Amino acid sequence: MIQEITFTEKKATRDGFGEGLLEAGKRNPEVVALCADLIGSLKMQHFIKEFPDRFFQVGIAEANMMGIAAGLAIGGKIPFTGTFANFSTGRVYDQIRQSIAYSHKNVKICASHAGLTLGEDGATHQILEDLGMMKMLPGMTVINPCDYNQTKAATIAIANHKGPVYLRFGRPSWPVFMPADQEFEIGKAITLAKGNDISIFATGHMVWQSVEAAKILDKEGISVELINIHTIKPLDEQAVLSSVAKTKCALTAEEHQVNGGLGESIASLLSRNNPAPVEIVAVNDSFGESGKPDQLLDKYGLGVADIVAAARRALARK
Amino acid sequence: MTETTKLKNIASQVRRDIIRQTHAVSSGHPGGSLGCTDFLTAMYFHIMDHNPDFKMEGKNEDVFFLSNGHISPVFYSVLARSGYFPIEELATFRKLNSRLQGHPATHEKLPGIRVASGSLGQGISVALGTALSKRLYKDDKFVYVLTGDGELQEGQVWEAIMFAAHHKVTNMIAIVDWNGQQIDGPNDEVMSLGDLPGKWESFGWNVLTMDGHNFEDIISTMQTAKEKSVEGKPVVVLMKTDMGKGVDFMEGTHAWHGKAPNDEQKEIALAQLEETLGDY
Repeated sequence: MIQEITFTEKKATRDGFGEGLLEAGKRNPEVVALCADLIGSLKMQHFIKEFPDRFFQVGIAEANMMGIAAGLAIGGKIPFTGTFANFSTGRVYDQIRQSIAYSHKNVKICASHAGLTLGEDGATHQILEDLGMMKMLPGMTVINPCDYNQTKAATIAIANHKGPVYLRFGRPSWPVFMPADQEFEIGKAITLAKGNDISIFATGHMVWQSVEAAKILDKEGISVELINIHTIKPLDEQAVLSSVAKTKCALTAEEHQVNGGLGESIASLLSRNNPAPVEIVAVNDSFGESGKPDQLLDKYGLGVADIVAAARRALARK
Repeated sequence: MTETTKLKNIASQVRRDIIRQTHAVSSGHPGGSLGCTDFLTAMYFHIMDHNPDFKMEGKNEDVFFLSNGHISPVFYSVLARSGYFPIEELATFRKLNSRLQGHPATHEKLPGIRVASGSLGQGISVALGTALSKRLYKDDKFVYVLTGDGELQEGQVWEAIMFAAHHKVTNMIAIVDWNGQQIDGPNDEVMSLGDLPGKWESFGWNVLTMDGHNFEDIISTMQTAKEKSVEGKPVVVLMKTDMGKGVDFMEGTHAWHGKAPNDEQKEIALAQLEETLGDY
């Protein structure tokens, strides 16, 4: 039941990455890590302390980092690169495209500080286009976990997946509501609450926003099916189609541009298979700005109230 | 037959392969390919300890990366002639459904290729990564990477050069095809490289130069490069070459950077290159 989903503490998803990287390193001696002068921000110090010889500081040189990672993968290692999402994608898109994606290298591109919730640093760093860029690359797996526990589990899981992965997470402390000991299955959506009136597909930080929105809708007697889409690509098409076959309308929520995001993937899937009303809660063709995470989510249409309003629109279109 | 004569014979056939590959599809890059023929022939037929029974990881063997991927005709020829794939497959160069893409790629699983190249400036970074993996595996074989000189205008190259010195990556040797030419003209007109040896030295590298058309010099300089690595600095070999070497009307000009010979030009070129190992 949606009202039963609660959290006991707040922790950053990037902390989940740091803990997950350490664990992945313990489980698999081939795991190595690289960082472009952001060890503290990415919480990579735990791995470095345990495995100093398996870590490479590359300095502020992200293009070189992606190439080195590709070369390490050629030699048989499983490299995890760490920097902000902006510098993990847009700045190095050609390096990822040629040396990693097209060359099918087993590189894990780990990207923190994605989206508006980066906060005060402003739009230069608040990348809202990364999911789109990465999902367009053939063979790239794209993952956007929702909380500390899920990010830790995802980090451990991608070490066992052969092929390039983009793992996106964020800066702020955020509610921890997923189980600590979960198995993370790439490409397998997680249904957080079953419902009959509307399907909400959310990813990343917007999953918790959607939990709160679903609680409000539930109190109004609207039965929400809430699904956590932690893997943007490959999309769990069966989960989407079977849910919407039941609810007959959908809402998507993501900390990303409308263009190129999860909403587009789901709208495209539904239009090809089972056309239904879809409302997309995402940033509408705009850059962000400085501010606090909650203020920014509200200003750019990603607040809880925005999800509730979008749900009502979707329901009205059925 | 002396070793040098053997290598000269192979190089003549490789140059024929380059002319015939590019002529057949009226595209490709013969100029730089001809200029690097002697070097790649020496590498694959004398210098490197490598295994044509191709394994991607390249453990316990020397590994070569081609950063300036547009000179794929020479790369494909030496790979085929050293046994990585059938020589007849050179006839598929740049054609539909071929493993011999315009620029080298792993996507079609052509043996001998470990990473795609073509978008310039990425090869030294990739070679560094593989060199680091060899270091972690305590594998004492070498990683070699060839880059163009115009390619050094890419900023990523200098990121990689800085990294190699800082992390003392001495099991990787970089070679620059220093022909002084790029698509739009001589380097000095397009974007001067300035004091190229001084640039590498100031970044903390040992710098060697060699004549890329003299097999004795190539072999001895590459041996020196390996020996120099014990000094704790990465080593670069600035290799003087002539673009278009071996075909008189293609030599010393950027005009044949990305232009294939027509029927008549092909015949003139082939008449200058002895068929030593048999055409495909």
